[in-house]
Amino acid sequence: MKKQFLSFAGKRRNWSIPYILFLVFFVVTPLVLIFYYAFTNHSGGFTLDNFSKFWQQPEAMHTFVFSVGVAIITTFICLLLGYPAAYILSRMEIKRAKMLVLLFILPMWVNFLIRTLATVALFDFLKIPLGQGSLYFGMVYNFLPFMIYPIYNILQKTDYSLIEAAQDLGANPRQVFFKTVLPLSIPGISSGIMMVFMPVISTFAIAELLTINNIKLFGTTLQENIYNGMWNYGAALSLIMLLLIGLTSLLNTKGSASAAGEGGLI
Amino acid sequence: MRKQLPKIYIALLLIMLYSPILIIIVFSFTEAKVLGNWTGFSFKLYTSLFQGGVHHSLTSALWNTLIIGLIAAFVSMILGTVAAIGIYNLKTRTRSAVQLVNNIPILNPDIITAISLFLLFVSLGITQGYTTVILAHITFCTPYVVLSVYPRLQRMNENLYEAALDLGATPFYALRKILLPELKPGMISGFILAFTLSIDDFVVTLFTIGNEGLETLSTYIYADARKGGLTPELRPLSAIIFITVLVLLLVINQRTAKKRL
Repeated sequence: MKKQFLSFAGKRRNWSIPYILFLVFFVVTPLVLIFYYAFTNHSGGFTLDNFSKFWQQPEAMHTFVFSVGVAIITTFICLLLGYPAAYILSRMEIKRAKMLVLLFILPMWVNFLIRTLATVALFDFLKIPLGQGSLYFGMVYNFLPFMIYPIYNILQKTDYSLIEAAQDLGANPRQVFFKTVLPLSIPGISSGIMMVFMPVISTFAIAELLTINNIKLFGTTLQENIYNGMWNYGAALSLIMLLLIGLTSLLNTKGSASAAGEGGLI
Repeated sequence: MRKQLPKIYIALLLIMLYSPILIIIVFSFTEAKVLGNWTGFSFKLYTSLFQGGVHHSLTSALWNTLIIGLIAAFVSMILGTVAAIGIYNLKTRTRSAVQLVNNIPILNPDIITAISLFLLFVSLGITQGYTTVILAHITFCTPYVVLSVYPRLQRMNENLYEAALDLGATPFYALRKILLPELKPGMISGFILAFTLSIDDFVVTLFTIGNEGLETLSTYIYADARKGGLTPELRPLSAIIFITVLVLLLVINQRTAKKRL
């Protein structure tokens, strides 16, 4: 009996081999290549020039700082708009709330370029000129559901008796919210922040479409360099972006990955 | 009034989310070249969308998107399911290492995935086209399949498989009759997720598609938008895509709701 179980485990373990090879070739190697290109010059010799170029060229630097700013503001607006929505939804009757959450997520299934162009259409329709306003509207419009969903998930799972206990112990509504509901929902907030901040910081093409090429974000800088054959510089810029993302997720350690993976949108 | 406030808030947010899509749908029923001009009700954009002809490149982009999506989703489903079974049976330390790498494409911003794969293909001197796009899509889709199949394995009673073997089933028969039915829901949702990720993808596709004239819907729209004017036929197409997705999701939702009861 025992032997058979072991053979089950032994054989099945090997089933992971094709995928491990696949991961090594298509995930690990390409990332190593980014490092390789970032630290070498055209002829393949080691250099740090690609990074010093970033410090010396104010243009790429400006775009970078501006993109971080856009990402922070977008994330903040999404949180401000999304938290009350998630809270309201979590207090609704479950069946109705589920339907409404689905309605919030639904636009996500439409190609984001079409969504973005739809935003442009809306601004054209209302005769509002494209610019910073349309940029932030488009970003919030694209990413708001990513904020609502994780916060709703956490709030909905919150043990209601904790809130009742706070009320019984004499907390006023404001105290209940700030001392009970808000602290309990922090994991949802932090994964929401990650799920909005990360795509916004790396977004590419949305800003151009929303502002008719007036505003450029860092993602586009990456793309332009790679497209113009500046692979080494492009790789260095990618590393800088990766570094920023790594730092944000370090600041945001509380299991945002698990919340994202748990998603179960379908 | 105060009681209505939350409802009004939710309604306002939904109006904000849906008004752009509604505008597209409404203006798909008029011929005007520029969106926002209403030149009377007409189905002309819908008919010319399906007649091809001048908009042949749009229809072929649509087909490419669907074919790439189906192939990538199917391969991801098989690769991911086999991988999940393998990973489940790995020793703890190896398992967490593989799971960590598995999460990289999920957590990485798509532009980083795109650039890294671009560098892989160019440094190997592979001509970019259909194959590279599909490979790239498999790369970012499979981790999601693994994530959706893996919990089914955890929930499964291992003794069932043992019992089947004890009762004389061959390993293959036990696999087909015991393991597969257990994993099927995870595989299906993995497939759907992979398909939607693939057809929605733009950045990774743009970097791996090469310059041989291959277009998917996303790259077509992008090129079109950069030229300034949008092909008016995109309006009916977006409308169709949106309504299809809406109906599909509502059906899926209804089905799962019924199952749970």
